[in-house]
Amino acid sequence: MAAVTSPNQSLKTSLKYLLLILVALVFVFPIVFMVVSSFKPDLQLLRDTSSFRAFLPVGDISLDNYFAAFRRAPVGLFVFNSIFVTTLTVLGSLFLCSMAAFAFVFLEFRGKEIVLSIIIATLIVPFETIAVPMLMVVNSLPWIGGNGITWGWLNTYHVQIVPFLADSLTIFLFVQFFRDLPKELIEAARLDGASWFQIYSMVIVPIAGPVFATAAILKFLAMYNQYLWPLMVTQSEQFRPVMVGLQYFFQLNTAWGEVMAYLSMITLPVLAFYLFLQRAFITSIASTGIKG
Amino acid sequence: MRPSQTKSLQSNTLAGWLMSGPALVLITLFLIVPFLLAFWFSFTNQRLISPNPTQFVGTSNFEQLLGMGTLVLEPETAADGSLLVSESGELSYPRVRDFTRNNPDFQHLNGMREWFGWDWGNSRVLVLARDLVFMKALTNTLFFVAVVAPLQSLIALLLALMINQKLRGINIFRTVYFMPVVVSIVVVSLLWRFIYDGRSGLLNNLLQFLSFGHFQPVDWLGNPDTAMWAIIVMSIWQAVGFHMVIWLAGLQNIPLTLYEAADIEGASSWQKFRFVTWPGLRNTAVLILVVITMQAFALFSQIDVMTNGGPLDSTQTLVFQAVQRGYGQQNIAGGSAISVLLFLIVLTISMVQRYLTRER
Amino acid sequence: MTSLRILAASLAITTAMSTAAMAQTELSFWYHGAGNPVEREILVGIIDDFNASQADWKVVLQEFPQAAYNDSVVAAAVAGNLPDIIDVDGPVMPNWAWAGYMQPLQLSEGALDGFLPGAIGEYNDKVYSVGLWDAAIAMYARKSTLEKFDIRVPTLEEPWTREEFDEILATLKASGEFEYPLNLGMADQGEWYPYAFGPFLWSFGGDMVDRTTYETAEGALNGDAAIAFGEWWQSLFTNEYVPGTSQDMADHETGFIDGDYALQWNGNWVAVNTLNALGDDVLFLPAPDFGNGPKIGGASWQFGVSATSANPDGASAFIEFALKPEYLAAFSDAIGLVPATAEAAALTKNYAPGGALEVFYGLSEAQAMLRPVTPGYVFEALEFRKALSDIANGADVVDALDAATDAINADIARNNNYAVAN
Repeated sequence: MAAVTSPNQSLKTSLKYLLLILVALVFVFPIVFMVVSSFKPDLQLLRDTSSFRAFLPVGDISLDNYFAAFRRAPVGLFVFNSIFVTTLTVLGSLFLCSMAAFAFVFLEFRGKEIVLSIIIATLIVPFETIAVPMLMVVNSLPWIGGNGITWGWLNTYHVQIVPFLADSLTIFLFVQFFRDLPKELIEAARLDGASWFQIYSMVIVPIAGPVFATAAILKFLAMYNQYLWPLMVTQSEQFRPVMVGLQYFFQLNTAWGEVMAYLSMITLPVLAFYLFLQRAFITSIASTGIKG
Repeated sequence: MRPSQTKSLQSNTLAGWLMSGPALVLITLFLIVPFLLAFWFSFTNQRLISPNPTQFVGTSNFEQLLGMGTLVLEPETAADGSLLVSESGELSYPRVRDFTRNNPDFQHLNGMREWFGWDWGNSRVLVLARDLVFMKALTNTLFFVAVVAPLQSLIALLLALMINQKLRGINIFRTVYFMPVVVSIVVVSLLWRFIYDGRSGLLNNLLQFLSFGHFQPVDWLGNPDTAMWAIIVMSIWQAVGFHMVIWLAGLQNIPLTLYEAADIEGASSWQKFRFVTWPGLRNTAVLILVVITMQAFALFSQIDVMTNGGPLDSTQTLVFQAVQRGYGQQNIAGGSAISVLLFLIVLTISMVQRYLTRER
Repeated sequence: MTSLRILAASLAITTAMSTAAMAQTELSFWYHGAGNPVEREILVGIIDDFNASQADWKVVLQEFPQAAYNDSVVAAAVAGNLPDIIDVDGPVMPNWAWAGYMQPLQLSEGALDGFLPGAIGEYNDKVYSVGLWDAAIAMYARKSTLEKFDIRVPTLEEPWTREEFDEILATLKASGEFEYPLNLGMADQGEWYPYAFGPFLWSFGGDMVDRTTYETAEGALNGDAAIAFGEWWQSLFTNEYVPGTSQDMADHETGFIDGDYALQWNGNWVAVNTLNALGDDVLFLPAPDFGNGPKIGGASWQFGVSATSANPDGASAFIEFALKPEYLAAFSDAIGLVPATAEAAALTKNYAPGGALEVFYGLSEAQAMLRPVTPGYVFEALEFRKALSDIANGADVVDALDAATDAINADIARNNNYAVAN
């Protein structure tokens, strides 16, 4: 039987869509402003900010700003660095933190409760407050690389990766998720004689897709958008990530068009990553946080 | 028949430490050790780099930050003892600096500045603070958290309710509402500076357009009364999508059968929300409140990019001050002291939140 | 047999080459100009010339974005990871020298003869850094505007007095033709504030710190002269003569050229652009005299040698090489700043006798005053900046200056009066 939509119903639906669209405009307008401005020459860009032309690709539209941005700074290198560092950190942290959370939730060992409480407590500490002590720690550590043992980690890739491989938020997310899983699964696998690691990799990981996606997105965002730490620890251009590269564009006469072009270019990878994972991410938040 | 159980208990410990080991080592090395270092520094006079050796100074950093005093000002009197009243009927009072600078009778107030005060009869009672900028940072941060936590949670809930409808293409809207979360807060701050510009900013233009020209442009970031609110609005804009998604998941976890039962009973929309939806969201609400509170205390990047703590210290925050002192003023000990205080404050508030929202 | 000989010969050659290559020690050089292609080109030119001119040293350039440069150097110092040659902003040099980041230069006798005082970085009677240029400020004005409102053109000998200057601002404001009579660049919230506005304070008779001992700011920053300065400073904003701290950076960059501002207090690094835009109509006028003589700022970025460098002689050799007049002139032509010697000035487009910006050279010589030469300057600059912002935003003048003074004194005390540690 075909559903009959009364005119009242269609009016209500239209109103709902209208509201949704209005709200969507609020969320999207600065980004539209950024992308549209990247195609305008500086003078016009600045003049347009005082009217609604700021959101419209009118006037002298061209890709000049993009070319100029590439001339001013090695944008490709910066994007590569950011993606490289971010990807390695995300992969590493997914593995290490999920394994640790598995241990906290399914294994009994002495000191577990205390350790978990300490980790949760460190959720509070903002990075900026420990940045300088972390710098001191990182300076006194050895690294085994191509040149044998070298002291001090400054100006490398690993200094941007290793300190962030394990963090309390990711562990917390995994712990919350694992707590909701039925214990029977584990017990069944134990009876079959599986080792803990086998249980982890073959029973738990396959069904934990959603929380992996969540943790991946959050970690990706945090690492990609980092500024203070890379600023302190990278000294040659070859290791700089995108947010440090942003400073290249703030000169005595800031070329705002180039800034917008650069910002648009560096926002692209994150947006792409989010769109790619968002199905899994959205459906995943379901199980990670609700049980509290 | 216990041997297998004892065996699994023992291998539990080994496996437990092995599996959590790498993460624990990393967290200890890169989170806990630096934090303990910062904790240690707050009791010394550590500088970023200095030829002078670092000395232990006990709690003097904290005394400097938290020092407070009180002062009662009597109105100025004429030679015959009667009160001096100005033309507008106001009493005049001696300047605070007469008491706080090189006044031998008030040594304990040396170097303090006026924080706030009130009238008590004819006198003025003043509370002074040794580190006025820190106090402002503290109150601003608490204000920010107190406003953002409920406001952002509420807006996120409203958005989630809007998104939780069976409309075609609703997923697109969900994606769009989440987009600001994806963009770096530094980038967001840069863009919003254009929006907030006092003369030709987009916000002023929009408001003028909507009010048919009656609206006078406001210097959002340059006016001490509006600067913090400007930061609040922008911060909520950027982060609300994330919490909307969490609420959404909570909403979608409520069994539909409960709603069907309410429909049978003839419940109105509001009643459905109050008796079906809201109780089912309890756990979600707790999680969201806790996370928003913690994130709000870490307010830093927006201030760094947009206002630098001004105007007139109206946007000073604890993390911004910690970084300013530690890195800008090269006073690591002072910055670390602020970090320690921040940690204690957030810890206390988190514990209070957990207590208030515990399962009864 | 032949193959063996060839092998031996090629072995010999490669060994000889590698010995030569090994003999060329690498010197790392950090510069603050990343993102600025013009400066980079000149620097690379100097470096290539130096590398080719001798076989002992090879300088390698690493550029940093200016906004992040100081932080990067400090982080490297904490790590013990400084390069050989560093770029340092003049007034910051004493702080770095005291902290042990830098060592004195090893220049030959007379290498610094004829250099503008602002281009030489001296601390504790030793020269730690030297600059290829100096920066100067002037009051930009349009000849047409001055003529229209019957305003006298000031000269070095007869600058505007305070009363005259206040009157001029009032007249310009009353005309209603400009958004603001004067642009001070409040949008540029960095080292610009102490550099540009310190001279006003000094001209009133105040200072950021008492320079007789550098151990206290009492009386200097909160004495009567400073309070007079603070009140005058606040009047600029309450009378709406000057756009305040929320000024848009873009407005600051183009406002004078567009005619929104009648006067502009700006550095000579934007002079070339302004000349190109306004041609003959622009005038570069000396600072007003607020009672203690007209003053402008001095000292800009300078080159120095880091304390941990293993090759201070090579580093100093490079710096001395870079001081050649043709290089000074090249920088000046490219970025518009004042070349450090008169000899170099004669080679430049703008600063040669009769050149468009020649007046800046005279200003620099006559009116430039260095910011306080003390390790405590880093902190003093921050406090002075804050006081200027707060007063501009309406804070109580005396309280704001007191607060800055107290903070500076506390910092000096915390650091043992920044006494020299060696």
